[in-house]
Amino acid sequence: MAGETTARRGAPPALRPGPAARVLPLVPALFLLLAFFAGPVLWTVWASFTDAALTGAAAARTDFVGLRNFERLLTDPDVLDATVLTAVFLVGSGVLGQTALGLLLALLMQGRRGWVRGAVGGVVVAAWVLPEVVAGFVWAAFLEREGTLNLLLQAAGAAPQSWLTSLPILAVVLANVWKGTAFSMMAYSAALAEVPVDLKEAARVDGAGPLRVVWHVVLPLLRRTVAATLLLVTLQTVQVFTLIFVMTGGGPGGRSTTLPLLMYREALGFGDIGYGTAVGLALLVVAGLFSAVHLRTLRPEEVR
Amino acid sequence: MTTAPRPSPAAPRRRRVRSVAAPRRAAAAAVVHLLLAGLALAFALPALWLLLAAFDARASARVRLPEAFTLDNFAAVATRDVLFLPIWNSLFICGGAAVVTVAASVLAAYPLSRFGLRFGRPFLYTVLFATGLPLTAIMVPVYSLFVQFGLVDSRWATMLFLAAASLPFGIWLTKNFLDGIPVELEEAAWVDGASARQSLLRLVVPLAAPGLAVVGVFTLVVTWGNFFVPFLLLRSAERIPAAVRIYTFFGQYGQVSYGELAAYSLLYALPVVVLYLVAARSLGGAFNFGGAMKG
Repeated sequence: MAGETTARRGAPPALRPGPAARVLPLVPALFLLLAFFAGPVLWTVWASFTDAALTGAAAARTDFVGLRNFERLLTDPDVLDATVLTAVFLVGSGVLGQTALGLLLALLMQGRRGWVRGAVGGVVVAAWVLPEVVAGFVWAAFLEREGTLNLLLQAAGAAPQSWLTSLPILAVVLANVWKGTAFSMMAYSAALAEVPVDLKEAARVDGAGPLRVVWHVVLPLLRRTVAATLLLVTLQTVQVFTLIFVMTGGGPGGRSTTLPLLMYREALGFGDIGYGTAVGLALLVVAGLFSAVHLRTLRPEEVR
Repeated sequence: MTTAPRPSPAAPRRRRVRSVAAPRRAAAAAVVHLLLAGLALAFALPALWLLLAAFDARASARVRLPEAFTLDNFAAVATRDVLFLPIWNSLFICGGAAVVTVAASVLAAYPLSRFGLRFGRPFLYTVLFATGLPLTAIMVPVYSLFVQFGLVDSRWATMLFLAAASLPFGIWLTKNFLDGIPVELEEAAWVDGASARQSLLRLVVPLAAPGLAVVGVFTLVVTWGNFFVPFLLLRSAERIPAAVRIYTFFGQYGQVSYGELAAYSLLYALPVVVLYLVAARSLGGAFNFGGAMKG
């Protein structure tokens, strides 16, 4: 690392571009980031302390209302419900589903022939790349009363039901596992490829079966990757809107209204921009904490 | 298992162990392949419906082989208002966002990678931090900002917003790619009298082309699939991209024509899925996100 840095700084100063030439290229990116990213983030903080609205008296004149939105946030039963549903959605689809399935796929695909990896990986990645709206429609059809899942269940002798209304949160969890597993699978595949072969070989020579090699040798080495991937999956999962919106619209009766859907409903359905923003800010703060933790887990040399 | 090294009997013993283990290993491989096939089928099943229903004259929500093969579903949605205009809007908004992201990323990443700027590290940390922030959470204030500045229903503003939202990851990725290009090449060019602009355009950009292609393809695919941003920021039927059109066309009616829905989904989604899979294959190594995905 050090050698590289000195080599980089080692160019004779006269040959290196001047200060203007060095900073000027950053301007377009800085402009876009400040105008469209930092601006809205700061605005989020400000607007959450106001009664900004789309219609009515508050739309004409926006007033500072102090902590009122946050008091409401803490006492609103809808917020509590949405937080619990978001947690269920996060743990069910992100932490359990995607991680377990992604790890399983990565382990099974390890060392298999090229076409096997290509075929299985291709199918899983295609689900990941498929636009969220389409994934929502596909899963809505799959879980319909007349849909494919019920067809399979009936063949197995189970009673059909309309999953989108009977178990809406399970329905969106399943859809999100399907949609998101590819990310974990790719992360774990990359990490597995770096596990030293001789370590596994040594354990095998000592008489460990394949399952014990995985459990005692491979998984402990993957701890860092699992932690980093879980963080990224968490950040991705708490903000899922489209998939749920298309499949259930948050219903029936709010039984799949997670925080992003609640934010949308309050701000654009009921026109209460200030309160909707406060819900968004709560989401932003939680995600910000996770993002900061993620930064800390990166090795310093990765950010040069 | 054997504690003491006994050279002479070791060889036959090992061969014997292997001959016993060979069928077991074959059985294990068969189990693994069976599991993989099952998982692949489970993943393929929901999407299989898309491929079959699109060509089925009497499509339902179920996966089944078309009773009557037809292209009518495609013909029914292939009109200016339903398909062509929204696809053009998608191309304009998402293609534009990809181009802007790549250009702004390479411009920003170049000085960050080459000239140890004093604020480079904090800037990179901020960028990396921003990649973790949920876009959804800031969309309500973005919407009200757009209302305030009269930008709602502007394709240009939506495109620039999507570019800005893609920039943190784009800058981070591009910087990793540029770090992999030796600075000595440029120093040689500088000695020969090239300016920073020339060395960037003539040397660095061509060398980083695979990396920049990854940033471009990735931005295009992600923005192409983004529904929430254009759903909030664009209003009129003339300006909405395909991601929103498919929802307003199919999502808001009670009775859905499944065949047409599947046909539209294929026309809208298949190009980017194929683009991504092809790019991932041909750009291979560059697509492990420049190490960004490693823990």
